[in-house]
Amino acid sequence: MSQPSETQGAWDPSYNFAFLDEQTKRMIRRAILKAVAIPGYQAPFASREMPMPYGWGTGGIQVTAGVIGPDDVLKVIDQGSDDTTNAISIRKFFVRTTGVRTTESTGDASIIQTRHRIPESPLREDQILVYQVPIPEPLRFLEPRETETRQMHALEDYGLMHVKLYEDIARHGHIATSYAYPVKVAGRYVMDPSPTPKFDNPKMDRCPALQLFGAGREKRIYAIPPYTEVKSLDFDDYPFELPTWDAACALCGDTHSFLDEVILDDAGGRMFVCSDTDHCRERRANGHVGPAAAAAPFETMSAAP
Amino acid sequence: MIGAAQPILQADDVAHYYGRHRGCEHVSFDLFPGEVMGVVGESGSGKSTLLSTLYGRLTPTAGRVTCRTRTDESVDIHTISEPERRLLMRVDWAFVHQNPRDGLRMNVSAGANVGERLMAVGERHYGDIRSKAIDWLERVEVDAERIDDLPATYSGGMQQRLQIARNLVTGPRLIFMDEPTGGLDVSVQARLLDLLRGLVTDLGLSAIVVTHDLAVVRLLAHRLLVMRKGRVVESGLTDQVLDDPQHPYSQLLVSSILRT
Repeated sequence: MSQPSETQGAWDPSYNFAFLDEQTKRMIRRAILKAVAIPGYQAPFASREMPMPYGWGTGGIQVTAGVIGPDDVLKVIDQGSDDTTNAISIRKFFVRTTGVRTTESTGDASIIQTRHRIPESPLREDQILVYQVPIPEPLRFLEPRETETRQMHALEDYGLMHVKLYEDIARHGHIATSYAYPVKVAGRYVMDPSPTPKFDNPKMDRCPALQLFGAGREKRIYAIPPYTEVKSLDFDDYPFELPTWDAACALCGDTHSFLDEVILDDAGGRMFVCSDTDHCRERRANGHVGPAAAAAPFETMSAAP
Repeated sequence: MIGAAQPILQADDVAHYYGRHRGCEHVSFDLFPGEVMGVVGESGSGKSTLLSTLYGRLTPTAGRVTCRTRTDESVDIHTISEPERRLLMRVDWAFVHQNPRDGLRMNVSAGANVGERLMAVGERHYGDIRSKAIDWLERVEVDAERIDDLPATYSGGMQQRLQIARNLVTGPRLIFMDEPTGGLDVSVQARLLDLLRGLVTDLGLSAIVVTHDLAVVRLLAHRLLVMRKGRVVESGLTDQVLDDPQHPYSQLLVSSILRT
Protein backbone atom coordinates (compact mmCIF):
# COMPACT_ATOMS: atom_id res chain seq x y z
CA MET A 1 0.00 0.00 0.00
CA SER A 2 1.31 3.42 -0.92
CA GLN A 3 2.30 5.83 1.78
CA PRO A 4 0.27 9.03 2.17
CA SER A 5 3.45 11.06 2.05
CA GLU A 6 4.11 13.25 -0.98
CA THR A 7 5.69 11.71 -4.02
CA GLN A 8 7.62 13.47 -6.75
CA GLY A 9 7.03 12.09 -10.24
CA ALA A 10 8.75 12.65 -13.53
CA TRP A 11 7.29 14.89 -16.22
CA ASP A 12 7.49 13.29 -19.63
CA PRO A 13 8.68 16.30 -21.68
CA SER A 14 7.10 15.01 -24.88
CA TYR A 15 3.84 16.37 -23.46
CA ASN A 16 3.10 20.05 -23.07
CA PHE A 17 2.73 20.95 -19.38
CA ALA A 18 -0.64 19.51 -18.19
CA PHE A 19 -1.27 17.77 -21.54
CA LEU A 20 -3.35 20.57 -23.11
CA ASP A 21 -1.78 23.25 -25.32
CA GLU A 22 -1.45 26.75 -23.90
CA GLN A 23 -4.34 28.26 -25.93
CA THR A 24 -6.69 25.55 -24.70
CA LYS A 25 -5.69 26.17 -21.11
CA ARG A 26 -6.32 29.90 -21.61
CA MET A 27 -9.75 29.13 -23.03
CA ILE A 28 -10.54 26.95 -20.01
CA ARG A 29 -9.31 29.63 -17.62
CA ARG A 30 -11.56 32.20 -19.31
CA ALA A 31 -14.54 29.88 -18.80
CA ILE A 32 -13.51 29.38 -15.16
CA LEU A 33 -13.28 33.15 -14.60
CA LYS A 34 -16.73 33.57 -16.08
CA ALA A 35 -18.08 30.76 -13.90
CA VAL A 36 -16.54 32.26 -10.76
CA ALA A 37 -17.98 35.67 -11.62
CA ILE A 38 -21.51 34.21 -11.87
CA PRO A 39 -21.72 31.60 -9.09
CA GLY A 40 -23.66 28.51 -10.14
CA TYR A 41 -23.99 29.55 -13.80
CA GLN A 42 -23.00 26.89 -16.33
CA ALA A 43 -20.38 28.57 -18.52
CA PRO A 44 -19.93 26.80 -21.86
CA PHE A 45 -16.40 25.87 -22.92
CA ALA A 46 -14.85 24.10 -25.89
CA SER A 47 -14.27 20.75 -24.22
CA ARG A 48 -11.40 18.79 -25.79
CA GLU A 49 -11.06 15.16 -26.65
CA MET A 50 -9.10 13.66 -23.77
CA PRO A 51 -7.13 10.39 -23.76
CA MET A 52 -9.90 8.62 -21.84
CA PRO A 53 -13.63 8.01 -22.31
CA TYR A 54 -16.34 10.43 -21.32
CA GLY A 55 -17.61 9.58 -17.86
CA TRP A 56 -14.12 9.00 -16.53
CA GLY A 57 -13.59 12.59 -15.51
CA THR A 58 -12.67 14.40 -18.74
CA GLY A 59 -14.30 17.63 -17.50
CA GLY A 60 -12.55 17.58 -14.14
CA ILE A 61 -9.21 16.80 -15.77
CA GLN A 62 -9.52 19.73 -18.16
CA VAL A 63 -10.35 22.09 -15.29
CA THR A 64 -7.42 20.75 -13.25
CA ALA A 65 -5.14 21.10 -16.29
CA GLY A 66 -6.30 24.70 -16.61
CA VAL A 67 -5.44 25.68 -13.03
CA ILE A 68 -2.48 23.45 -12.14
CA GLY A 69 1.04 24.88 -11.83
CA PRO A 70 4.45 23.27 -11.23
CA ASP A 71 4.30 24.07 -7.48
CA ASP A 72 0.90 22.54 -6.88
CA VAL A 73 0.35 19.39 -4.85
CA LEU A 74 -2.39 17.20 -6.32
CA LYS A 75 -4.77 14.82 -4.59
CA VAL A 76 -7.28 12.77 -6.58
CA ILE A 77 -10.18 10.90 -5.01
CA ASP A 78 -12.97 8.75 -6.37
CA GLN A 79 -15.83 7.95 -3.97
CA GLY A 80 -13.67 9.46 -1.23
CA SER A 81 -10.94 6.95 -1.87
CA ASP A 82 -7.41 7.71 -3.06
CA ASP A 83 -6.67 4.21 -4.26
CA THR A 84 -9.42 3.32 -6.73
CA THR A 85 -8.59 2.75 -10.39
CA ASN A 86 -10.00 6.06 -11.58
CA ALA A 87 -8.17 8.09 -8.93
CA ILE A 88 -4.87 6.33 -9.53
CA SER A 89 -5.12 6.70 -13.30
CA ILE A 90 -5.85 10.43 -13.14
CA ARG A 91 -3.05 10.96 -10.61
CA LYS A 92 -0.61 9.10 -12.88
CA PHE A 93 -1.81 11.12 -15.85
CA PHE A 94 -0.92 14.38 -14.13
CA VAL A 95 2.38 13.08 -12.81
CA ARG A 96 3.39 12.11 -16.32
CA THR A 97 2.19 15.34 -17.96
CA THR A 98 3.23 17.86 -15.27
CA GLY A 99 5.61 16.18 -12.83
CA VAL A 100 3.80 17.81 -9.89
CA ARG A 101 3.92 16.31 -6.44
CA THR A 102 0.95 14.20 -5.43
CA THR A 103 -0.43 13.37 -2.03
CA GLU A 104 -3.16 11.41 -0.34
CA SER A 105 -3.38 13.84 2.55
CA THR A 106 -6.19 16.40 2.27
CA GLY A 107 -4.26 18.92 4.34
CA ASP A 108 -1.17 18.80 2.12
CA ALA A 109 -2.96 19.16 -1.22
CA SER A 110 -3.41 22.47 -3.05
CA ILE A 111 -5.68 20.99 -5.74
CA ILE A 112 -8.07 18.14 -5.00
CA GLN A 113 -9.85 16.55 -7.94
CA THR A 114 -12.87 14.54 -6.88
CA ARG A 115 -15.72 12.49 -8.13
CA HIS A 116 -18.62 12.29 -5.60
CA ARG A 117 -17.07 13.15 -2.27
CA ILE A 118 -15.85 16.26 -0.52
CA PRO A 119 -13.08 15.42 2.00
CA GLU A 120 -14.25 15.17 5.61
CA SER A 121 -11.59 17.51 6.98
CA PRO A 122 -12.37 21.21 6.39
CA LEU A 123 -10.78 22.84 3.34
CA ARG A 124 -8.73 26.03 3.38
CA GLU A 125 -8.59 29.23 1.34
CA ASP A 126 -5.43 28.13 -0.47
CA GLN A 127 -7.05 24.97 -1.82
CA ILE A 128 -9.08 24.31 -4.97
CA LEU A 129 -11.62 21.50 -5.17
CA VAL A 130 -12.31 20.26 -8.72
CA TYR A 131 -15.40 18.12 -9.34
CA GLN A 132 -15.96 15.74 -12.24
CA VAL A 133 -19.56 16.22 -13.36
CA PRO A 134 -21.52 13.90 -15.66
CA ILE A 135 -24.74 15.93 -16.08
CA PRO A 136 -24.50 19.60 -15.13
CA GLU A 137 -28.14 20.52 -15.77
CA PRO A 138 -30.31 20.08 -12.64
CA LEU A 139 -33.52 20.49 -14.65
CA ARG A 140 -32.58 17.96 -17.34
CA PHE A 141 -34.68 14.99 -16.22
CA LEU A 142 -37.84 17.10 -16.04
CA GLU A 143 -37.22 19.34 -19.03
CA PRO A 144 -35.29 17.71 -21.88
CA ARG A 145 -35.07 20.85 -24.07
CA GLU A 146 -31.77 22.70 -23.61
CA THR A 147 -33.28 25.91 -25.06
CA GLU A 148 -36.01 25.80 -22.41
CA THR A 149 -33.73 25.00 -19.44
CA ARG A 150 -31.45 27.91 -20.40
CA GLN A 151 -34.43 30.22 -20.44
CA MET A 152 -35.60 28.85 -17.09
CA HIS A 153 -32.19 29.63 -15.57
CA ALA A 154 -32.22 33.10 -17.11
CA LEU A 155 -35.67 33.85 -15.70
CA GLU A 156 -35.00 32.15 -12.35
CA ASP A 157 -37.98 29.95 -13.16
CA TYR A 158 -37.26 27.07 -10.80
CA GLY A 159 -40.69 25.75 -9.78
CA LEU A 160 -39.99 22.56 -11.67
CA MET A 161 -37.18 21.63 -9.29
CA HIS A 162 -39.70 21.40 -6.47
CA VAL A 163 -41.92 19.19 -8.63
CA LYS A 164 -39.11 16.65 -8.47
CA LEU A 165 -38.86 16.93 -4.69
CA TYR A 166 -42.68 16.76 -4.38
CA GLU A 167 -42.61 13.57 -6.41
CA ASP A 168 -40.01 12.10 -4.05
CA ILE A 169 -42.13 12.77 -0.97
CA ALA A 170 -45.29 11.48 -2.68
CA ARG A 171 -43.57 8.23 -3.59
CA HIS A 172 -41.27 7.60 -0.65
CA GLY A 173 -42.66 9.68 2.21
CA HIS A 174 -39.50 11.76 2.39
CA ILE A 175 -37.11 13.47 -0.01
CA ALA A 176 -35.37 10.36 -1.30
CA THR A 177 -32.90 12.14 -3.57
CA SER A 178 -29.63 11.16 -1.93
CA TYR A 179 -27.10 12.43 -4.44
CA ALA A 180 -27.09 15.18 -7.08
CA TYR A 181 -29.33 17.02 -4.63
CA PRO A 182 -30.18 20.44 -6.12
CA VAL A 183 -28.81 23.55 -4.43
CA LYS A 184 -29.30 27.26 -4.88
CA VAL A 185 -26.01 29.16 -5.14
CA ALA A 186 -25.73 32.71 -3.81
CA GLY A 187 -29.53 32.99 -3.84
CA ARG A 188 -29.70 32.93 -7.63
CA TYR A 189 -28.76 29.90 -9.76
CA VAL A 190 -30.02 26.40 -9.06
CA MET A 191 -27.08 24.05 -9.50
CA ASP A 192 -26.60 20.31 -9.65
CA PRO A 193 -23.67 19.21 -7.47
CA SER A 194 -23.85 15.87 -9.24
CA PRO A 195 -22.99 13.23 -8.39
CA THR A 196 -22.02 14.30 -4.88
CA PRO A 197 -24.01 12.68 -2.05
CA LYS A 198 -26.30 15.14 -0.29
CA PHE A 199 -24.35 14.39 2.89
CA ASP A 200 -21.68 16.73 1.46
CA ASN A 201 -24.03 19.59 0.48
CA PRO A 202 -23.52 21.49 3.78
CA LYS A 203 -19.75 21.35 3.20
CA MET A 204 -20.21 23.45 0.04
CA ASP A 205 -21.90 26.22 1.98
CA ARG A 206 -19.50 29.10 2.70
CA CYS A 207 -16.54 26.83 1.99
CA PRO A 208 -13.23 28.75 2.16
CA ALA A 209 -11.84 26.81 -0.82
CA LEU A 210 -12.67 27.57 -4.45
CA GLN A 211 -14.94 24.88 -5.92
CA LEU A 212 -14.83 24.25 -9.68
CA PHE A 213 -17.07 21.86 -11.61
CA GLY A 214 -16.18 20.47 -15.02
CA ALA A 215 -18.48 18.50 -17.34
CA GLY A 216 -16.49 17.27 -20.34
CA ARG A 217 -19.18 15.66 -22.45
CA GLU A 218 -21.70 18.43 -21.78
CA LYS A 219 -19.02 21.12 -22.25
CA ARG A 220 -19.87 23.18 -19.18
CA ILE A 221 -17.84 24.65 -16.32
CA TYR A 222 -19.43 26.11 -13.20
CA ALA A 223 -18.10 27.29 -9.88
CA ILE A 224 -18.76 28.19 -6.29
CA PRO A 225 -16.41 31.00 -5.21
CA PRO A 226 -15.04 30.89 -1.63
CA TYR A 227 -17.47 31.75 1.17
CA THR A 228 -20.54 31.60 -1.09
CA GLU A 229 -23.92 30.63 0.29
CA VAL A 230 -25.09 27.24 -0.99
CA LYS A 231 -28.59 26.25 0.10
CA SER A 232 -30.15 22.84 -0.48
CA LEU A 233 -33.71 23.10 -1.82
CA ASP A 234 -36.50 21.74 0.37
CA PHE A 235 -40.10 22.25 1.52
CA ASP A 236 -41.12 24.20 4.61
CA ASP A 237 -42.63 21.06 6.16
CA TYR A 238 -39.99 18.68 4.75
CA PRO A 239 -36.67 20.37 5.48
CA PHE A 240 -33.36 19.19 4.05
CA GLU A 241 -32.05 16.26 6.09
CA LEU A 242 -28.70 14.56 6.26
CA PRO A 243 -28.47 10.77 6.01
CA THR A 244 -27.42 8.98 9.17
CA TRP A 245 -25.97 5.56 9.84
CA ASP A 246 -26.65 3.23 12.77
CA ALA A 247 -23.06 2.04 12.70
CA ALA A 248 -19.71 3.67 13.36
CA CYS A 249 -16.74 3.22 11.03
CA ALA A 250 -15.44 -0.32 11.65
CA LEU A 251 -11.83 0.81 11.35
CA CYS A 252 -11.64 4.19 13.05
CA GLY A 253 -14.89 4.30 15.02
CA ASP A 254 -16.04 7.65 13.52
CA THR A 255 -19.77 8.27 13.87
CA HIS A 256 -19.89 11.54 11.90
CA SER A 257 -18.33 10.66 8.55
CA PHE A 258 -19.91 9.30 5.36
CA LEU A 259 -19.81 5.49 5.59
CA ASP A 260 -19.57 2.90 2.80
CA GLU A 261 -21.12 -0.50 3.30
CA VAL A 262 -18.69 -3.26 2.38
CA ILE A 263 -19.85 -6.83 1.81
CA LEU A 264 -17.36 -9.21 3.38
CA ASP A 265 -18.54 -12.71 2.44
CA ASP A 266 -21.47 -14.66 0.98
CA ALA A 267 -23.02 -15.22 4.41
CA GLY A 268 -24.36 -11.68 4.91
CA GLY A 269 -21.22 -10.40 6.60
CA ARG A 270 -20.73 -6.67 6.14
CA MET A 271 -19.04 -3.70 7.64
CA PHE A 272 -19.26 0.07 7.44
CA VAL A 273 -16.11 2.04 6.80
CA CYS A 274 -15.32 5.70 6.16
CA SER A 275 -15.64 6.54 2.49
CA ASP A 276 -12.89 9.14 2.93
CA THR A 277 -9.83 6.89 3.21
CA ASP A 278 -7.46 9.70 4.15
CA HIS A 279 -9.74 10.84 6.97
CA CYS A 280 -9.97 7.26 8.28
CA ARG A 281 -6.21 6.71 8.09
CA GLU A 282 -5.52 9.96 9.90
CA ARG A 283 -7.93 9.08 12.71
CA ARG A 284 -6.37 5.66 13.15
CA ALA A 285 -2.92 7.26 13.22
CA ASN A 286 -4.24 9.46 16.04
CA GLY A 287 -5.22 6.41 18.03
CA HIS A 288 -8.94 6.04 17.21
CA VAL A 289 -9.93 2.39 16.96
CA GLY A 290 -13.16 0.97 15.51
CA PRO A 291 -14.75 -2.37 16.40
CA ALA A 292 -13.32 -4.29 13.42
CA ALA A 293 -9.87 -2.75 13.64
CA ALA A 294 -9.66 -4.02 17.23
CA ALA A 295 -10.21 -7.53 15.90
CA ALA A 296 -7.75 -6.68 13.11
CA PRO A 297 -9.27 -8.69 10.23
CA PHE A 298 -7.05 -7.06 7.64
CA GLU A 299 -3.81 -7.80 9.40
CA THR A 300 -4.75 -11.49 9.47
CA MET A 301 -5.98 -11.33 5.88
CA SER A 302 -2.82 -9.72 4.55
CA ALA A 303 -0.73 -12.12 6.60
CA ALA A 304 -2.33 -15.05 4.83
CA PRO A 305 -0.29 -16.39 1.89
CA MET B 1 -73.28 46.08 -20.61
CA ILE B 2 -73.38 46.01 -16.81
CA GLY B 3 -71.92 49.13 -15.21
CA ALA B 4 -68.38 50.10 -16.18
CA ALA B 5 -66.94 46.57 -16.41
CA GLN B 6 -63.64 46.55 -18.26
CA PRO B 7 -62.97 43.86 -20.85
CA ILE B 8 -60.57 41.15 -19.64
CA LEU B 9 -59.26 40.59 -23.15
CA GLN B 10 -59.38 42.84 -26.18
CA ALA B 11 -58.47 41.84 -29.71
CA ASP B 12 -57.99 44.76 -32.04
CA ASP B 13 -57.83 43.91 -35.75
CA VAL B 14 -55.64 40.87 -35.06
CA ALA B 15 -54.05 39.06 -37.99
CA HIS B 16 -51.52 36.29 -38.31
CA TYR B 17 -49.93 35.25 -41.60
CA TYR B 18 -47.82 32.17 -42.20
CA GLY B 19 -45.61 33.84 -44.79
CA ARG B 20 -48.01 34.76 -47.58
CA HIS B 21 -50.62 32.33 -46.35
CA ARG B 22 -53.42 33.78 -44.25
CA GLY B 23 -53.90 32.21 -40.80
CA CYS B 24 -56.48 34.72 -39.62
CA GLU B 25 -57.13 38.44 -40.13
CA HIS B 26 -59.37 41.33 -39.10
CA VAL B 27 -60.41 39.75 -35.83
CA SER B 28 -61.67 42.19 -33.22
CA PHE B 29 -63.68 41.57 -30.10
CA ASP B 30 -63.95 42.43 -26.40
CA LEU B 31 -64.27 39.66 -23.85
CA PHE B 32 -65.75 40.67 -20.51
CA PRO B 33 -65.23 39.00 -17.12
CA GLY B 34 -67.44 35.94 -16.70
CA GLU B 35 -68.11 35.69 -20.40
CA VAL B 36 -67.54 32.54 -22.46
CA MET B 37 -66.89 32.99 -26.14
CA GLY B 38 -67.01 30.16 -28.63
CA VAL B 39 -65.05 30.12 -31.88
CA VAL B 40 -66.43 27.72 -34.46
CA GLY B 41 -65.55 26.93 -38.03
CA GLU B 42 -64.40 24.11 -40.23
CA SER B 43 -60.96 22.58 -40.12
CA GLY B 44 -58.42 25.07 -41.51
CA SER B 45 -60.59 28.12 -40.86
CA GLY B 46 -57.99 29.74 -38.59
CA LYS B 47 -59.58 28.95 -35.20
CA SER B 48 -56.46 27.50 -33.64
CA THR B 49 -54.23 30.15 -35.21
CA LEU B 50 -56.44 32.79 -33.64
CA LEU B 51 -56.32 31.06 -30.27
CA SER B 52 -52.53 30.76 -30.34
CA THR B 53 -52.20 34.41 -31.33
CA LEU B 54 -54.52 35.49 -28.52
CA TYR B 55 -52.62 33.31 -26.05
CA GLY B 56 -49.33 34.90 -27.12
CA ARG B 57 -47.81 31.80 -28.59
CA LEU B 58 -47.87 33.27 -32.10
CA THR B 59 -46.86 36.85 -32.84
CA PRO B 60 -49.59 38.78 -34.66
CA THR B 61 -48.70 40.11 -38.10
CA ALA B 62 -51.02 43.03 -37.44
CA GLY B 63 -53.22 44.32 -34.65
CA ARG B 64 -52.80 43.90 -30.92
CA VAL B 65 -54.12 41.86 -28.01
CA THR B 66 -54.50 43.60 -24.67
CA CYS B 67 -55.46 41.98 -21.44
CA ARG B 68 -56.35 43.22 -18.00
CA THR B 69 -54.30 41.62 -15.21
CA ARG B 70 -55.49 40.87 -11.72
CA THR B 71 -53.81 44.07 -10.52
CA ASP B 72 -56.10 45.86 -13.00
CA GLU B 73 -53.38 46.92 -15.39
CA SER B 74 -53.85 46.82 -19.12
CA VAL B 75 -50.99 45.06 -20.90
CA ASP B 76 -50.24 44.15 -24.50
CA ILE B 77 -49.47 40.47 -24.22
CA HIS B 78 -47.05 40.48 -27.16
CA THR B 79 -44.83 43.24 -25.85
CA ILE B 80 -44.57 42.46 -22.12
CA SER B 81 -41.34 40.91 -20.89
CA GLU B 82 -40.93 37.14 -20.78
CA PRO B 83 -41.00 36.88 -16.93
CA GLU B 84 -44.21 38.94 -16.83
CA ARG B 85 -45.72 36.80 -19.57
CA ARG B 86 -44.85 33.58 -17.74
CA LEU B 87 -46.35 34.88 -14.51
CA LEU B 88 -49.49 35.96 -16.34
CA MET B 89 -49.87 32.52 -17.90
CA ARG B 90 -49.48 30.84 -14.55
CA VAL B 91 -51.61 33.09 -12.43
CA ASP B 92 -54.23 34.75 -14.60
CA TRP B 93 -54.49 32.43 -17.58
CA ALA B 94 -54.89 28.77 -18.35
CA PHE B 95 -54.72 26.72 -21.52
CA VAL B 96 -56.50 23.40 -21.99
CA HIS B 97 -55.08 21.42 -24.89
CA GLN B 98 -57.08 19.09 -27.07
CA ASN B 99 -54.66 16.28 -26.33
CA PRO B 100 -54.13 16.06 -22.54
CA ARG B 101 -50.65 14.70 -23.20
CA ASP B 102 -49.65 18.14 -24.49
CA GLY B 103 -50.82 19.83 -21.32
CA LEU B 104 -49.70 17.28 -18.72
CA ARG B 105 -46.29 16.24 -17.48
CA MET B 106 -46.60 12.53 -18.14
CA ASN B 107 -43.60 11.36 -16.10
CA VAL B 108 -44.71 12.74 -12.73
CA SER B 109 -47.74 11.87 -10.61
CA ALA B 110 -51.16 13.50 -10.88
CA GLY B 111 -50.54 15.35 -7.61
CA ALA B 112 -47.29 16.84 -8.91
CA ASN B 113 -49.10 17.84 -12.10
CA VAL B 114 -51.71 19.76 -10.15
CA GLY B 115 -49.10 21.19 -7.78
CA GLU B 116 -46.69 22.37 -10.47
CA ARG B 117 -48.29 25.77 -11.01
CA LEU B 118 -48.44 26.32 -7.24
CA MET B 119 -44.75 25.53 -6.89
CA ALA B 120 -43.97 27.73 -9.90
CA VAL B 121 -45.50 30.73 -8.14
CA GLY B 122 -43.54 30.05 -4.96
CA GLU B 123 -45.62 27.65 -2.83
CA ARG B 124 -43.12 25.74 -0.64
CA HIS B 125 -45.27 23.79 1.81
CA TYR B 126 -45.75 20.16 0.79
CA GLY B 127 -48.83 19.61 2.98
CA ASP B 128 -50.61 22.68 1.56
CA ILE B 129 -49.77 21.77 -2.03
CA ARG B 130 -51.04 18.26 -1.49
CA SER B 131 -54.29 19.25 0.15
CA LYS B 132 -54.99 21.73 -2.65
CA ALA B 133 -54.23 19.00 -5.20
CA ILE B 134 -56.65 16.60 -3.47
CA ASP B 135 -59.29 19.31 -3.33
CA TRP B 136 -58.96 19.96 -7.05
CA LEU B 137 -58.95 16.30 -8.01
CA GLU B 138 -62.24 15.95 -6.17
CA ARG B 139 -63.67 19.00 -7.89
CA VAL B 140 -62.96 17.47 -11.29
CA GLU B 141 -64.33 14.13 -10.09
CA VAL B 142 -61.04 12.22 -10.05
CA ASP B 143 -60.74 9.79 -7.13
CA ALA B 144 -58.33 11.36 -4.61
CA GLU B 145 -56.92 7.87 -4.01
CA ARG B 146 -55.26 8.12 -7.41
CA ILE B 147 -53.26 11.26 -6.59
CA ASP B 148 -49.93 9.44 -6.68
CA ASP B 149 -50.59 7.59 -9.96
CA LEU B 150 -48.97 8.63 -13.20
CA PRO B 151 -51.31 10.33 -15.71
CA ALA B 152 -50.48 7.57 -18.20
CA THR B 153 -52.51 5.17 -16.05
CA TYR B 154 -55.58 7.44 -16.36
CA SER B 155 -58.28 7.07 -18.98
CA GLY B 156 -58.58 9.75 -21.67
CA GLY B 157 -61.47 11.49 -19.92
CA MET B 158 -59.66 11.46 -16.59
CA GLN B 159 -56.52 12.87 -18.20
CA GLN B 160 -58.56 15.71 -19.65
CA ARG B 161 -60.13 16.42 -16.24
CA LEU B 162 -56.69 16.27 -14.63
CA GLN B 163 -55.46 18.81 -17.16
CA ILE B 164 -58.33 21.09 -16.21
CA ALA B 165 -57.56 20.71 -12.48
CA ARG B 166 -53.89 21.45 -13.12
CA ASN B 167 -54.85 24.62 -14.95
CA LEU B 168 -57.42 25.92 -12.50
CA VAL B 169 -55.47 25.37 -9.26
CA THR B 170 -53.99 28.88 -9.21
CA GLY B 171 -57.42 30.43 -9.75
CA PRO B 172 -56.97 31.86 -13.25
CA ARG B 173 -59.54 34.32 -14.57
CA LEU B 174 -59.28 33.49 -18.26
CA ILE B 175 -59.11 30.03 -19.72
CA PHE B 176 -58.30 29.12 -23.33
CA MET B 177 -59.64 25.80 -24.56
CA ASP B 178 -58.68 24.15 -27.83
CA GLU B 179 -61.21 21.43 -28.67
CA PRO B 180 -61.50 20.40 -25.00
CA THR B 181 -63.78 17.47 -25.80
CA GLY B 182 -62.10 16.29 -28.99
CA GLY B 183 -61.05 12.67 -28.96
CA LEU B 184 -63.41 11.68 -26.14
CA ASP B 185 -66.41 9.40 -26.55
CA VAL B 186 -69.88 10.92 -26.40
CA SER B 187 -70.81 10.05 -22.81
CA VAL B 188 -67.45 11.24 -21.50
CA GLN B 189 -67.85 14.42 -23.56
CA ALA B 190 -71.19 15.10 -21.95
CA ARG B 191 -69.79 14.65 -18.46
CA LEU B 192 -66.81 16.86 -19.19
CA LEU B 193 -69.02 19.59 -20.62
CA ASP B 194 -71.21 19.42 -17.55
CA LEU B 195 -68.15 19.77 -15.34
CA LEU B 196 -66.74 22.65 -17.37
CA ARG B 197 -70.04 24.48 -17.33
CA GLY B 198 -70.25 24.08 -13.54
CA LEU B 199 -66.69 25.33 -13.01
CA VAL B 200 -67.05 28.27 -15.35
CA THR B 201 -70.25 29.41 -13.61
CA ASP B 202 -69.05 28.74 -10.05
CA LEU B 203 -65.71 30.47 -10.48
CA GLY B 204 -66.96 33.24 -12.75
CA LEU B 205 -64.30 32.37 -15.34
CA SER B 206 -63.97 33.95 -18.71
CA ALA B 207 -63.19 31.52 -21.47
CA ILE B 208 -62.46 31.23 -25.14
CA VAL B 209 -63.47 27.84 -26.51
CA VAL B 210 -62.32 26.76 -29.94
CA THR B 211 -64.28 23.86 -31.36
CA HIS B 212 -65.89 22.48 -34.47
CA ASP B 213 -68.59 20.92 -32.33
CA LEU B 214 -71.67 23.14 -32.18
CA ALA B 215 -73.09 21.15 -29.26
CA VAL B 216 -70.11 22.23 -27.17
CA VAL B 217 -70.63 25.92 -27.83
CA ARG B 218 -74.38 25.67 -27.36
CA LEU B 219 -73.76 24.34 -23.85
CA LEU B 220 -70.82 26.51 -22.84
CA ALA B 221 -70.64 29.71 -24.81
CA HIS B 222 -72.55 32.95 -24.38
CA ARG B 223 -71.23 34.42 -27.58
CA LEU B 224 -70.01 32.98 -30.84
CA LEU B 225 -67.56 33.83 -33.59
CA VAL B 226 -68.02 31.87 -36.80
CA MET B 227 -64.80 31.71 -38.80
CA ARG B 228 -64.15 30.79 -42.39
CA LYS B 229 -60.92 31.09 -44.37
CA GLY B 230 -59.28 33.07 -41.58
CA ARG B 231 -62.04 35.68 -41.28
CA VAL B 232 -64.91 36.10 -38.87
CA VAL B 233 -68.03 35.76 -40.99
CA GLU B 234 -70.59 36.08 -38.25
CA SER B 235 -70.70 36.91 -34.56
CA GLY B 236 -73.39 37.29 -31.96
CA LEU B 237 -75.14 35.60 -29.06
CA THR B 238 -74.88 31.83 -29.30
CA ASP B 239 -78.59 31.12 -29.44
CA GLN B 240 -79.10 33.89 -31.94
CA VAL B 241 -76.40 32.58 -34.29
CA LEU B 242 -77.41 28.97 -33.97
CA ASP B 243 -81.16 29.53 -34.25
CA ASP B 244 -81.12 32.26 -36.86
CA PRO B 245 -77.85 32.13 -38.79
CA GLN B 246 -77.41 35.00 -41.28
CA HIS B 247 -74.28 34.18 -43.23
CA PRO B 248 -74.58 31.37 -45.79
CA TYR B 249 -71.66 29.53 -44.23
CA SER B 250 -73.21 29.69 -40.73
CA GLN B 251 -76.46 28.40 -42.23
CA LEU B 252 -74.59 25.51 -43.80
CA LEU B 253 -72.79 24.77 -40.53
CA VAL B 254 -75.98 24.77 -38.49
CA SER B 255 -77.96 22.77 -41.03
CA SER B 256 -75.24 20.14 -41.19
CA ILE B 257 -75.98 19.02 -37.64
CA LEU B 258 -78.07 15.89 -37.44
CA ARG B 259 -81.33 16.61 -35.71
CA THR B 260 -83.52 14.06 -34.06
